[in-house]
Amino acid sequence: MIGLPDIMAAQARYARCIDDGRLEDWPGFFLPDCVYRITTAENHRLGFAAGLIWADSLGMLQDRVAALREANIYERHAYRHVLGLPLLEEAGADGTRSETPFLVARIMRDGATDLFATGRYLDLWRADGDGPPKLAERIVVCDSSRVDTLLALPL
Amino acid sequence: MPDHSLPAPALAAPPEVPWPADTLTRVPYWVFQRADVAALEQTRVFRGDTWNYLCLEAEIPDAGDYRASTLGGVPILAVRDHDGEIYAFENRCVHRGALIALEDFGNAREFTCVYHAWSYDLQGNLKGVAFKDGINGQGGMPECFRMSDHQPRKLRTAVVAGLVFASASDTVPPIEEYLGEQILERIERVLGGRKPEVIGRFTQALPNNWKLYVENVRDSYHASLLHLFFTTFELNKLSQKGGLIVDESGGNHVSYSAIDREAEAKVAAANEYAAQNIRSESGSYRLKDPSVLAGMDEFGDGVTLQILSVFPGFVLQQIQNSLAVRQVVPRGTDRTDLHWTYLGFKDDTPELRRMRLKQCNLVGPAGYVSMEDGCVGGFVQRGVVGASDRMAVLEMGGSDAESTRTRATEASVRGFWKAYRAHMGL
Ligand code: FES
Ligand SMILES: [Fe+2]
Repeated sequence: MIGLPDIMAAQARYARCIDDGRLEDWPGFFLPDCVYRITTAENHRLGFAAGLIWADSLGMLQDRVAALREANIYERHAYRHVLGLPLLEEAGADGTRSETPFLVARIMRDGATDLFATGRYLDLWRADGDGPPKLAERIVVCDSSRVDTLLALPL
Repeated sequence: MPDHSLPAPALAAPPEVPWPADTLTRVPYWVFQRADVAALEQTRVFRGDTWNYLCLEAEIPDAGDYRASTLGGVPILAVRDHDGEIYAFENRCVHRGALIALEDFGNAREFTCVYHAWSYDLQGNLKGVAFKDGINGQGGMPECFRMSDHQPRKLRTAVVAGLVFASASDTVPPIEEYLGEQILERIERVLGGRKPEVIGRFTQALPNNWKLYVENVRDSYHASLLHLFFTTFELNKLSQKGGLIVDESGGNHVSYSAIDREAEAKVAAANEYAAQNIRSESGSYRLKDPSVLAGMDEFGDGVTLQILSVFPGFVLQQIQNSLAVRQVVPRGTDRTDLHWTYLGFKDDTPELRRMRLKQCNLVGPAGYVSMEDGCVGGFVQRGVVGASDRMAVLEMGGSDAESTRTRATEASVRGFWKAYRAHMGL
């Protein structure tokens, strides 16, 4: 049985992992056959399936990290995630769903700090043995339809 | 096609350095910096003798469907009327100038301005004036007021393979002529006879002048140098051929690469399949889930990449099975909105649709092979501060703006400037 404290703890660890720059650990929050997608509220409302990032396997998340580390070129920056309270839905056969609002500030190498994204995580959590629950699905729904410059680090 | 009898350009002050008239290989940095240049572009380029992409026909399929856009900074509505035709007119009330439609898209029986409720039909004709005859015989419009004397400005529209273009010019040539046969053919190659379906829309805010982005789109030289995804993961194949088409105006281009079946056959014959990767030294990286690149040859011609641009601000992209149109909208001298519309077709098989979704990862603001294009324009914009009297050098592949079989060239970038200068009279 996955409870609110489990999900809050997992969310807090997830945010700290990205904000600390430990991208290699980020796929570890997901199950092997996970879905991870970044989209916008408008696309979500209209049922458009595309994403800024669209992954349906843990391997694709690991590839994303490898590409960011080894291939892609972007200015050094970091995020600060501030998460709101998760809203838990009834647990179903496929896991426990939650919705969690977030704010993400982006801190560029010269110190410029902007509100980069606001939105919500639409999550599906499943137990993973005795460990903390893991994400079977995370749809990141950004409120705005605009992305400033580029989206490198995951949300 | 551009009007060479234009009066001297209306720049507020002389340029910091003259733009050499006899070569396409130099571009002064002041064109990316000056507000007077940006203002002139809106009238001479975007509202000049050009065709500008507004939306997809498939986005406004039914009578009353509309989409709001801008053209040269001017708010525009594209509307489907009951006669099945698409009309475009300025989204500005003829009464006192308020926006007629406030939503980005929707369906309307008519348009009613919120301010004083003047109303318009789907072709943009003024049809109603609230309290026209006053109230209790008091007030109202004068006897001599004729609604037909007051109409929002209408634009010419043209539909090409489901793409809706508009022009504010009465003298622009027909769209087929404007595009030219070769460009038209390559648009048809992707969209002809198909029923496109939007699968996503995103806006990328670029920290640079719009011309730095449209240069980048036409710059086949940078692709393998700036975007390291394919080489890092050893996905570049030797057996690729490609080339560049630049139309006569210079402003429209196609850059493509295709599987070279002959070369591939030779490699196979020599049983050297394993050696066809450009780099194969040990310690390199492999994708854990290479399904992202398991594309299908959906057009049956082996072309894996086709980037097509139409002057000034339209791009049609095919990167494997990832299809998108991009609309480039200037937002001042150092800001640009890039609107991405990702496409599929109504008759996509589930496998093909899934492949398109996976290949979303290649393009857009987070794209493996395009995220750099979001920041590199900003590197130039910041780099050229204080260098208004200096110029960019465009000599790769010579000095002309002609079609070529190599992608190691800046020919289509020079082509853009050729068209730009003709339109601007600079
Ligand atoms: S401004 Fe539109 S009705 Fe007055
Ligand atoms: Fe690029």
